[in-house]
Amino acid sequence: MAQPNKISYFGLIKNGIFGENPIFRVALSLCPAVAVTNSLKGGMLMGVAVLFVQTMTNVTVSILRKFINPKVRIPIFILVTATWVTVSDLLLHAYEPAAYKQVGLYIKLIVAFAIILSRAELFASKNKVIPSIFDGLGMGMGFLLALTVISFFRELLGSGSLLGYPLVATKPVLIFVLPAGGFFAVGLLMGFFNWIDIKFFGGAGSSGGGH
Amino acid sequence: MHFGRLLELIIAASLINNFVFTRYLGLCIFFGVSKKMDTALGMSMTFTAVMVISSALSWIIYKTVMIPLHLEFLEIMVFIGVVAGFVQAADTMMRKLSPGLYYKLGIYLALITTNCIILAVPLINAQEGYNFIEALCFGLGSGLGFSLALIIMASIREKLELADIPKSFRGLPISFVLTGLIALAFIGFSGLITL
Repeated sequence: MAQPNKISYFGLIKNGIFGENPIFRVALSLCPAVAVTNSLKGGMLMGVAVLFVQTMTNVTVSILRKFINPKVRIPIFILVTATWVTVSDLLLHAYEPAAYKQVGLYIKLIVAFAIILSRAELFASKNKVIPSIFDGLGMGMGFLLALTVISFFRELLGSGSLLGYPLVATKPVLIFVLPAGGFFAVGLLMGFFNWIDIKFFGGAGSSGGGH
Repeated sequence: MHFGRLLELIIAASLINNFVFTRYLGLCIFFGVSKKMDTALGMSMTFTAVMVISSALSWIIYKTVMIPLHLEFLEIMVFIGVVAGFVQAADTMMRKLSPGLYYKLGIYLALITTNCIILAVPLINAQEGYNFIEALCFGLGSGLGFSLALIIMASIREKLELADIPKSFRGLPISFVLTGLIALAFIGFSGLITL
């Protein structure tokens, strides 16, 4: 984002997945990281929905950026996000009714995610359409990846299965599908990524102060 | 309308289905403002008030405008508009009417314009089909539950400042583990009331 005239699309995607991973690095929009990740399917569904909404919001904001009066830009960004959230909400309701029952409320609440608004404000409102698509894809994929990792561990440890197929014969650690386990899983994974960052990359190792 | 049912609703919303510990909502704000007791208290007061009033407003709009016109599918857009509009109005009124209170709580108001809990309350009200009084009680119970969570967390985190935490766990990771422990305790409330 430093040089708007020389943007590598690959770099944008890499930035979303590693450099500014919405959950593990920037620590924005944490609610779904705990809420929908007690099964791999729920986590991935949520990740895909966020990927869709983030990309489409970025595209729309980027197309409209010349016409939006800077004074009212935040309400307009929110309306754009709300439109795409409604679209994905209705789509999921129609095609995945069983899963929708579990994640439905959280899909609707994508509209209040700080990450989507912040990308629209920081990136899409200042850049052309194509870079905005890639920025949205990168951020969305970072989100999807984080949710997949968390829900992978939670379902494997908590129910001893993956995507509903039983894998482990021994008694699972029930705590990881309970609400409390979600907090533990996210906390431990964050600590783990910080540890890697400090140990191997010499980073400062703090993932934000909480937003 | 039974008084007992309303009391049940408040207890269920604040303890059993506590927004932070069992519905996992509002985590951004929860981790953001729970560093100091003062800010946590200010935030929880503002939050509860906004929650009750916005659930009343959105209930009225949902029942009198959206259902007669069959516009239920627009609920996300309408509710976020109602909440944001109300918070902006409250912000302006408070600045004019009581600058002292605004000085204390104004900053929190700006923060909660688009918060997931504030938006979740009208959505759940609509989904469960609560009547007006029930919607108010649900808003109140949710607000109280969030306040309770915030105050517990703030009092622990003030002590945590003095603790020697491994470097990679400083900040958010340790707060997450802590929240997990509190959530574990809150599991004890499930089954307190069967609705």
